Amino acid sequence: MGIKIKSMKQSDFKDNETLELFKETGGNILLTTVDDVINWGRSNSLWPLTFATSCCGIEMMAAGAARHDFARFGFEVYRASPRQADLIVVAGTIVRKMAPVLKRLYDQIADPKYVIAMGACAVSGGPFFYNTYSVIRGVEHVIPVDVYIPGCPPRPEALLYGVMQLQRKVKSESIMNMRDYDREHLEGTIPPKYKLNDSQSE
Amino acid sequence: MSNEELKQFILTIVPKAEFTESKELLTVSIPKENLKKLVKALKDSAETTFDYLFNLTGVDYADHMTVVYHLESTRYHHCVVIKAQIPGRDDVSIETISDIYKTADFHEREVYDFFGITFKNHPDMRRIFLDEIAPDIGHPLRKDYVDEINIIER
Ligand code: SF4
Repeated sequence: MGIKIKSMKQSDFKDNETLELFKETGGNILLTTVDDVINWGRSNSLWPLTFATSCCGIEMMAAGAARHDFARFGFEVYRASPRQADLIVVAGTIVRKMAPVLKRLYDQIADPKYVIAMGACAVSGGPFFYNTYSVIRGVEHVIPVDVYIPGCPPRPEALLYGVMQLQRKVKSESIMNMRDYDREHLEGTIPPKYKLNDSQSE
Repeated sequence: MSNEELKQFILTIVPKAEFTESKELLTVSIPKENLKKLVKALKDSAETTFDYLFNLTGVDYADHMTVVYHLESTRYHHCVVIKAQIPGRDDVSIETISDIYKTADFHEREVYDFFGITFKNHPDMRRIFLDEIAPDIGHPLRKDYVDEINIIER
């Protein structure tokens, strides 16, 4: 039994097995049914935060505008407040000065929350990997990432593919083993060389 | 004023000035001691009236440093680029012009932040951006900047 995404055929997803394995079967009929209902709701109303730090943000806006219109898939509307958002699309370069702000925005989002790293900059530092004193090489040093979308910048179609992969990931969740966001927060993913000084990392 | 007239005007104030005429903007290169005198004259004299400093930045040429000033007149719409040459690269300093143009205040702090050029008689010579990352970060746009932790060389 695969994870169904309404707007996309199962065969159109590359690398199906990883996410299928993600979904732990078992449990009783009642719980899996509850899961299905909850995941249906969550995955079809993922609202992204209005957050774009550079050029990739333009593609993200294009994905939200009429031609590509990712509202079709439930990414309804950009929210200007993290309190109302479910998802951060990190669209752009994150520099050392921006990192604490991003971390704070992520912390302000209510659970469950998801992160898409869009573009080479957010994935690994991209074009700014070498010879820079300021760029964070990959947003996973600051917050945990669910889906990586490569490209510089990725086309809006690539973002659509990425958000549908995220929908599949959301659909593989179960209330039996919820993600422990507090734990993730405490363990932190910031390696020592990026330790932000005390005043910034509240 | 045409570029030619501007040239003559600048030469009367700073005889040592050297000119290069690039695509559109008249560029004048002067020793740093003459900077303040020249800027003041360009702003105050009625026929030039350079009342708008629209850019101020620094350049590290490895053997010397330069501070670049872009001036414009909102009345006559002529522009001039002044390059103040600072010999050497350690403990470099230049006179501030923040008392002539208020906007130079933050710009000079930015140049100090990234290049380590200090501006004498500046009212508030502190870093402006980088102290939030780390107070001991140094001046990262200098050619001799090294940061073994954060920079991966290629
Ligand atoms: S990945 Fe490329 S397009 Fe995207 S923010 Fe970085 S430089 Fe810009």
